[in-house]
Amino acid sequence: MFWEEERECIARDELEQLQLERLQATLYRVGTHVPFYRNKFFDMKLDYESFGSLDDLRRLPFTSKQDLRDNYPYGLFAVPLRDVVRIHSSSGTTGMATVVGYSSNDIRTWSNLVARILTAAGVTKDDVIQIAFGYGLFTGGFGLHYGAERLGASVIPISAGNTRRQIQIMQDFKTTALVCTPSYALKMADVMMDMGINPSGLSLKYGLFGAEPWSERMRRQINERLGIIATDNYGLSEVMGPGVAGECLECNGLHVNEDHFLIEILDPETLEPVAPGEIGELVITTLTKEAFPVIRYRTRDLTRLLPEPCPCGRTLQRIQRITGRTDDMLIIKGVNVFPTQIEAILFDIEGTQPHYNLVIEREQNEDRMTVLVEVVESMFFHEMKKQRQVIEQIKKRLATELGVSVEVKLVEERSLERFNGKGNRIIDKREL
Amino acid sequence: MLKIKNLSSGYGKLKVLKQVSMHVKAGEIVAIIGANGAGKTTLLTTIAGLLRATSGEIEFRDRSITTLAAQKLPALCCVMVPEGRQVFAPLSVEENLILGGHVLRHQGRQLLTEQLAHQYELFPILHQRRQQLAGTLSGGEQQMLAMARALMSKPSLIMMDEPSTGLAPLIVQEIFRVIGRLREEGNTVLLVEQNAKAALTIADRGYVLETGKVILQGSAEDLLANRDVQRAYLGRERIH
Repeated sequence: MFWEEERECIARDELEQLQLERLQATLYRVGTHVPFYRNKFFDMKLDYESFGSLDDLRRLPFTSKQDLRDNYPYGLFAVPLRDVVRIHSSSGTTGMATVVGYSSNDIRTWSNLVARILTAAGVTKDDVIQIAFGYGLFTGGFGLHYGAERLGASVIPISAGNTRRQIQIMQDFKTTALVCTPSYALKMADVMMDMGINPSGLSLKYGLFGAEPWSERMRRQINERLGIIATDNYGLSEVMGPGVAGECLECNGLHVNEDHFLIEILDPETLEPVAPGEIGELVITTLTKEAFPVIRYRTRDLTRLLPEPCPCGRTLQRIQRITGRTDDMLIIKGVNVFPTQIEAILFDIEGTQPHYNLVIEREQNEDRMTVLVEVVESMFFHEMKKQRQVIEQIKKRLATELGVSVEVKLVEERSLERFNGKGNRIIDKREL
Repeated sequence: MLKIKNLSSGYGKLKVLKQVSMHVKAGEIVAIIGANGAGKTTLLTTIAGLLRATSGEIEFRDRSITTLAAQKLPALCCVMVPEGRQVFAPLSVEENLILGGHVLRHQGRQLLTEQLAHQYELFPILHQRRQQLAGTLSGGEQQMLAMARALMSKPSLIMMDEPSTGLAPLIVQEIFRVIGRLREEGNTVLLVEQNAKAALTIADRGYVLETGKVILQGSAEDLLANRDVQRAYLGRERIH
């Protein structure tokens, strides 16, 4: 099944013509409307108006997450705020967050592209789709919601959390498609067991999962335990949100919506293209975004192209599921967390030492992060009360500023491993 | 059907078009909108071969026509309806139409008669006036004649330059109704228009030209909803 067959099965030369036309218009838009790009083009003596081929892409400057932060909040918008109908923000602490905007056309494009991905994953207008992604500033909930409405499916905007109620509704409303993070799907399976509900008695057929890394092993588990076909989909708010790429029912790589996003796979060190099929960093240029276009955005996500044609008939190129990150960003329960954020908070608290470890585990399909931090020796001579206070203080600040709850353990001075230079303070025990 | 890559062109030292890329697929109506002097007519005349491109490529049905002479284009089934009608004033309506069917002259009288009948069916007013001299027709009738003349050669791509210029609103409506009908009959239309709203209402896709560059492109629906287009070309500033 296709949503827009003529686009999803477009001939390569036709696609390249379309990409070139759209890229030229995008370059014109950012070159005239976004000071950040105008200055960058000027500094690089880059005449973006002479841009005549997709290969010229390599002459263009990159955009990084830091650039987005430096231009917080509205610096990279290409339209005046009165033309922006929606503002989203990626997870992050105050001051570290990045802000993205959508025009009414952007919202329409977004809905359409998510409808494509839903269709590719088996969903039709006859489905009842339960969206268990958080709504709010996170793009996941709204993106899938719009796409499902566009498709004409019946949407249950249940949002995240309250697993028992999720399952109750799934049973009563006869949900046929589930949207959430893959780990939450497994948690639901666990809770179903506790509740004595047999998944095979439910109407569930399809699951669309994203927002965190997962593996084939996890897919098999989800498929078996929930009795569904699980597909992966990919997106990031800086580029649009969900709808950038998604798997078809072949379940073997994600088709990128290349008529709206130009992708490159680059060596993160040299920033040169890797050989086709090699793993590298995914770099995305938007082709149709009006309010928030980005040029060569470095996603920091690692993947590779799957060059073989897909039996489903789509000609849009496939990428492998995201295999890792080029930076140390952690995804805990779908929330993006950088160790540096945690570090900044820890060192802000009296009595702590600049040594810490982050231990991440997945227990009963739920992520759990524990912060081990050294405290001054005198702390252990104090009564327990003082220690508890410090723990509570750290927990509270991490929860409010990161948006995830963590466990905190205080350890004695010099009990954690010391590193020369860049240390590995992250112990990720999750088996994905 | 038509594919243009990085087309630049102009008059002498005056560069009008700068790196224009666009395409038209079979069965589509594509609108090119833009203000006076944006390069719309230059784009059409360059495609039609009346003006040489300084750089870039034009492909029509997978064949390069970048350097093809203008008079050879109709034989490839690509015709242009020029701005300001330019009918042959001293000739009758029917003679104008027969001249339009010039490229069909070797395919027999029968085809020509059929084509003629088809145009009269499409534009009944021309049938009424078939013996009248073209110069005595009203502006709207001349525009219809210019379109019918172009259609005589059974083109696969029709390029129209400002078909609504200088016409009364009611006549403009009629002209656009006919353009819409052309698509239903399987024709492909590249339409250059200042009347952005009318053009985008019947078009599938559009390109916005400004100072010789494509600054926006997309489905007609998207362009109509684009705030820049609304402000600049639709004369609409919504305050809410």
